Amino acid sequence: MVAICCGLDKLQNHQCWPLCCFAINVLTLMLQPPPAKYGGRHTVTLIPGDGIGPELLGHVREVFRFSCVPVDFEVVNVNSALETEVDINNAITAIRRNGVALKGNIETKHTMPPSVKSRNNVLRTSLDLYANVMHCQSLPGVQTRHKNIDIMIIRENTEGEYSSLEHESVSGVVESLKIITRNNSLRIADYAFRLAREKGRRRVTAVHKANIMKLGDGLFLQCCREVASGYPDITFDSMIVDNTTMQLVSKPQQFDVMVMPNLYGNVVSNVCAGLVGGPGLVPGANYGRDYAVFETATRNTGKSIADRNIANPTAMLLASCMMLDHLKLFDYASSIRNAVLTTMNETRLHTADIGGQGTTSEVVQSVMRIIQSKGQLTAEL
Amino acid sequence: MTTRSLCRVLKPVFGERLFRVGPASEFKTRVSTLAYGATTCHQRNKSTYTNIPPPALYGGRHTVTLIPGDGIGPELAHHVCDLFRFCCVPVDFEVVHVDSAMTSEDDINNAIMAIRRNGVALKGNLETNHNLPPSYKSRNNLLRTTLDLYANVMHCQSFPGVRTRHKNIDIMIIRENTEGEYSSLEHENVPGVVECLKIITRAKSLRIADYAFRTAREKGRRRVTAVHKANIMKLGDGLFLECCKEVASGYPEIAFDSMIVDNTTMQLVSRPQQFDVMVMPNLYGNVVSNVCAGLVGGPGLVPGANYGEDYAVFETGTRNTGKSIANRNIANPTAMLLASCLLLDHLKLRAYASMIRRAILTTVTETRLHTADLGGQGSTSEVVQTVMKAVQSTGPLTLSI
Repeated sequence: MVAICCGLDKLQNHQCWPLCCFAINVLTLMLQPPPAKYGGRHTVTLIPGDGIGPELLGHVREVFRFSCVPVDFEVVNVNSALETEVDINNAITAIRRNGVALKGNIETKHTMPPSVKSRNNVLRTSLDLYANVMHCQSLPGVQTRHKNIDIMIIRENTEGEYSSLEHESVSGVVESLKIITRNNSLRIADYAFRLAREKGRRRVTAVHKANIMKLGDGLFLQCCREVASGYPDITFDSMIVDNTTMQLVSKPQQFDVMVMPNLYGNVVSNVCAGLVGGPGLVPGANYGRDYAVFETATRNTGKSIADRNIANPTAMLLASCMMLDHLKLFDYASSIRNAVLTTMNETRLHTADIGGQGTTSEVVQSVMRIIQSKGQLTAEL
Repeated sequence: MTTRSLCRVLKPVFGERLFRVGPASEFKTRVSTLAYGATTCHQRNKSTYTNIPPPALYGGRHTVTLIPGDGIGPELAHHVCDLFRFCCVPVDFEVVHVDSAMTSEDDINNAIMAIRRNGVALKGNLETNHNLPPSYKSRNNLLRTTLDLYANVMHCQSFPGVRTRHKNIDIMIIRENTEGEYSSLEHENVPGVVECLKIITRAKSLRIADYAFRTAREKGRRRVTAVHKANIMKLGDGLFLECCKEVASGYPEIAFDSMIVDNTTMQLVSRPQQFDVMVMPNLYGNVVSNVCAGLVGGPGLVPGANYGEDYAVFETGTRNTGKSIANRNIANPTAMLLASCLLLDHLKLRAYASMIRRAILTTVTETRLHTADLGGQGSTSEVVQTVMKAVQSTGPLTLSI
């Protein structure tokens, strides 16, 4: 391989250059980690997290075991109270090993010293999970003020305001750096347009604040425009973030796909989650080049409702369906998804966050019963 | 000390207003008010008092700077002038035009000087063209930072006549107006990598928190919520939160809590009635105020005010230029008219302010007159005419329509 690399420039004009390209491609494929699939069963890292994470992920495992899904979970616990990074590094190694993960949110305590970085953030940046995708759709059974919402939000996940670079040069004056790079902006814009094309979407809207942050968001907008020129079948427009949030609250049906830097993505995705029914309903996915991590879209720890059997398991169950789609287990994914959506139509089973009085276990039992009634192979209820 | 010598001493301090010629009894009551004023004056720091410029009040008429701005600004400002002239409000406008297409800063500096002279201004939004080079700073931002208008206050209330998805909203948003993400400090050290600086200082955070709590106390509010993202920006928003907590300890009757900005926006969309007063840094303030404006009916309804130590500038709450609806007589004048009422309140012309405000609220209740942004087909001039008619019908001195 060293010999090939050294002779590369000489070979470029040689007639067997295409053969060398083929060889290089094969080598790259070999360098990508193989999928963690042994004997037909996938291995997925599971990070319970804090708050409602452990109980919801317990329910996910229950549903998977019941539906005989060929997925085994490797559980990695991360203690958010510790100041050392050993736990999160173990989790990251496990995800590198398995390629896919399902996680609950890890709490970031405000009382710890500023050197303790947010564990979720460390995970996202170490694994370079550059795209956070959230698909907000109005669920037919859930009563909301707005109807017919179908928005796909693609948020840059690794840079922007979440660079965790801050310093206090002069006492009483803190500078936080927001980093925008050309490479990451091009990458996320390309991801957004590719996804829009795959899903047959018509329009991509870039959300920014380039009238104030001219260089930073100006660069982001410029990158989006460059990428847009390569996708003539998809319309591209841009909107300033304050106008976007105002439009979202009055007429959210006008949006199709939205792409934006990190902080605006956080705010806009939470607004959209609120519009379709709350944090308990929307799943989220973090995609990188080699890894994918699935979680609830609004990343809530839910400490106040932990262990009380009142949390809404829909978001986590739908996130696990997205994971099954990623592992190409489409049949299992659609059967669980249909069961969850049918359960959501029943107002009697709605949990407290969508205005009902149902419990988590009732919802999960109902999901399992529906899967069983469809006639597939299942374990005993 | 005789009353005459007391008056002579205090005359240059209090100005000519209190020394009008009148009967002796009236003079005595004026002097007693003066003596009261003198004692309260001693309680103030003398140096701050002498630095406040005298109000631009000559012959009983105030002078206010008017910056028409771009888009719908000029036509709405014109309507405000018409309305004020009609109601015989003792306010004269000094119009200063700012051309947003020019790269030189002369225009905006003239405007700033006019505001320093008059102390109060009413402005439309100045457009920030994206195509101009990055060295061209946003004119609105320049105005706010030069005059140190540190508090942006926006009071979002549900209007009885406007149908919205949420009812009974009453939120007061206090937003830091001069620092934070709007510092316009950016650089590109390495090509393709841009660093934007977000500055949070202790002094300004304490100042805005103090402003928020003082306003909450004055208006009889129960709770102040600080909006932040301190789990990610630990030093920056952590400092802001710490300052808010320090100030909160000095106001024990007001409850203080904090909420992360993403959760805040989600709560605003589902249950906005839980919020009372909110205080936050610049960018979150921008987003949250726009969400709240959207909840109560849109950008055409909510007025905003920018307060500084010595100056006050009034404008629409969401600072839209409205280029696409300019000069078509379809813009909603409510926001600008309510902003002018805030202006009159600031100038202590409360009777005029409440009269015009009552007329506007009566007009907004009529669905027939709703403009396009509220889902109706009314025009701007119809709305303004109705407001003037409503003012005339309540009886005070007005011109003929």
